[in-house]
Amino acid sequence: MNTQSVGVAPAARRSRLEWRRIFLSWFALPASALAALLVGAVMIAALGANPLTGYHALLTGAFGSSYALGSTAVKAVPLLLVGVGICIAFRANVFNIGGEGQIAMGGLAGTATALVLPNLPAPVLIPLVLIAGALGGAAWGAIPGAFKAYFNVNEILSTIMLNLVAVQLMNYLLAGPMVDHSAGTVGGLIPQTRLLPKSSWLPILVPNTQLHLGVVIAVLVAVGAYVLLWRTGFGFRVRAVGLSRDAATYAGMPVRRTITLAMTLSGGMCGLAGSMLVFGSISHRMVTDGSLTGFTGSAGFNGIVVALFGGLNPLWTIVSAFIFAGLLVGGTAMQVVTNVPSDLIVALNGLIVVFVVSLEYVRRRARAAQSAEARPAPILTPSVEADG
Amino acid sequence: MSQFFTTAILTATVASGIQLAAPFLIAALGETIGQRSGVINLGVDGIMLLGAFGGYYTALQTGSLVLAVLVGIGVGALLGLVTALVSVTLKAEQGISGIGVYLFALGFSDLLFLKLVGTPLPINQLKVIPIPLLDRIPTVGGMLFKQDILVYVAFLLVPVVAFLLNRTTYGLNIKAAGENPAAADSLGVSVPRIRYSTVIIGSSLAGLAGATLLIQDGIFQENLTQAQGFIAVALVYFGAWRPSGVMAGALLYGLTEAVVLTWKGLGIIPLSGSDLAGTAPAVITVLALLTVARRFRQPAALGRPYERGA
Repeated sequence: MNTQSVGVAPAARRSRLEWRRIFLSWFALPASALAALLVGAVMIAALGANPLTGYHALLTGAFGSSYALGSTAVKAVPLLLVGVGICIAFRANVFNIGGEGQIAMGGLAGTATALVLPNLPAPVLIPLVLIAGALGGAAWGAIPGAFKAYFNVNEILSTIMLNLVAVQLMNYLLAGPMVDHSAGTVGGLIPQTRLLPKSSWLPILVPNTQLHLGVVIAVLVAVGAYVLLWRTGFGFRVRAVGLSRDAATYAGMPVRRTITLAMTLSGGMCGLAGSMLVFGSISHRMVTDGSLTGFTGSAGFNGIVVALFGGLNPLWTIVSAFIFAGLLVGGTAMQVVTNVPSDLIVALNGLIVVFVVSLEYVRRRARAAQSAEARPAPILTPSVEADG
Repeated sequence: MSQFFTTAILTATVASGIQLAAPFLIAALGETIGQRSGVINLGVDGIMLLGAFGGYYTALQTGSLVLAVLVGIGVGALLGLVTALVSVTLKAEQGISGIGVYLFALGFSDLLFLKLVGTPLPINQLKVIPIPLLDRIPTVGGMLFKQDILVYVAFLLVPVVAFLLNRTTYGLNIKAAGENPAAADSLGVSVPRIRYSTVIIGSSLAGLAGATLLIQDGIFQENLTQAQGFIAVALVYFGAWRPSGVMAGALLYGLTEAVVLTWKGLGIIPLSGSDLAGTAPAVITVLALLTVARRFRQPAALGRPYERGA
């Protein structure tokens, strides 16, 4: 980025730039979402339904009652955890597209733990299965992290490939060695485990809703990740490496170890999300449908959207996860009312990603045109000195 | 066990492996062209999905497979234009914008499928075209020379792309844009124009790959590609940005898939085991990525938007 002359800018030009920067800093993300929703409205109308009815059904379905809010909060848990994991990796300038696989491995590790140790009391078993899940995901994130750090293997590709390995391994295990052989499944086995021990279920916090303990844990993890990234030496190193690998090397930082650790931690968050999906589920089993997203529900991809929309800041990611979970939960309600398939929400998520990353360049240019002392809050570009 | 490995079964397995390799190959060759010019298009899987749906809808409405293929290519070209706009003009982070295109196409293709197609009906099959004389070669003839037109097209594209990249001025400009865009620019080569063209060509091929996959399957379904487009991107690295290497990778995937299908059909491996066996090519690809990263250099400007004077 070339620094343009800092001299005394004419007042008018200066304030125009200032406004442009403020607009792009604070309104770029909402504007992206708004633009996507407008495109969505056109699509709904083209499919012969009323966009207002559709979006009204979506909002009511997502936020309209305490039950809806509970479902949205529960849906937000894996999105938030994956999103936080993505924040950590992306801040180190490592693109973790491996959420899907890390979720699957985390779910498997947690489930296996619960199946092997069914007699432990809940206060012991619940932390144990969550940690097991995190470790499973961490292991699956460490591989592409180390490959990237030490052998310069493109992490986007290795994580995508490891997604395929993990998900197919999961489908094999759930349909084979880990399948439920109990009665009532005579005509073709469903790829799912047997009922998990009751002491491993995440306790429901508000009666008559789905709201479980995982919601609180996920928010605490997000806050912890924020502290880690902006208040610790490790977090500083992660952001420094993300900003400039060369500069970090020159400063004597252990760049390779930092990259590996960032990916491991990122995978750990996704693995924890996998555990939450299992132990916070209504069926209290690990279930898939044999497809690539049967267990994860695409949380590994949607988590990327959530993290980008949260400006790669774990605290904003809490808000963002809740909004996107609302879209997903409300999308089903919209489908019932307007007969517009909830796939629309997946498509809109994609559009939001495209809009956000496209606006980032415009934003960067506006920042470069600004005088040096003004520092906007970062959206995508990792920035060491800004504190979020 | 020996009756499982007769010549007839071997021939059929290899022939179907080559057929299954075709969509991978077409998509990966398109991606190769784009990456040689410096652009990573990670939306290939999504472009394949929309290309496949466009082809399916056309085939249902008109009954013409030729039109279906053309629409698949057209849809790909259109999405290529969008991808180029985002990656080249708006200089977006390519690894992420591609995921956006993928998610959009994943949702949009199924949305259209559910709303526009009432009862999903199978479409026509392509005729097998035996190559005269060559198809009479024992064993090999049955494997290689009794395929449909799209398979021949896929494998003919290998020398065509290699020629384009290595023997034409356009290919030279592509590689210059991918290796040293500033130098290319200073010699009067318009880097954005080159990259727009390669991304649109590559995406058109992704659309063709989607249509090919559709015609092989005979019917559309949600997430028809099952991440084949992502694998195609990995195959470009696997093949170290060379068309022949990319072909080797596509054959690895096609043949593994065919072997697993055959074994499953013969009951050698249980149904659930096919998932386990299906992980093999992905594991091999990850290991290949390790080797390639050590031995080959990717295009120097890969994934980097070009900014004049930056």
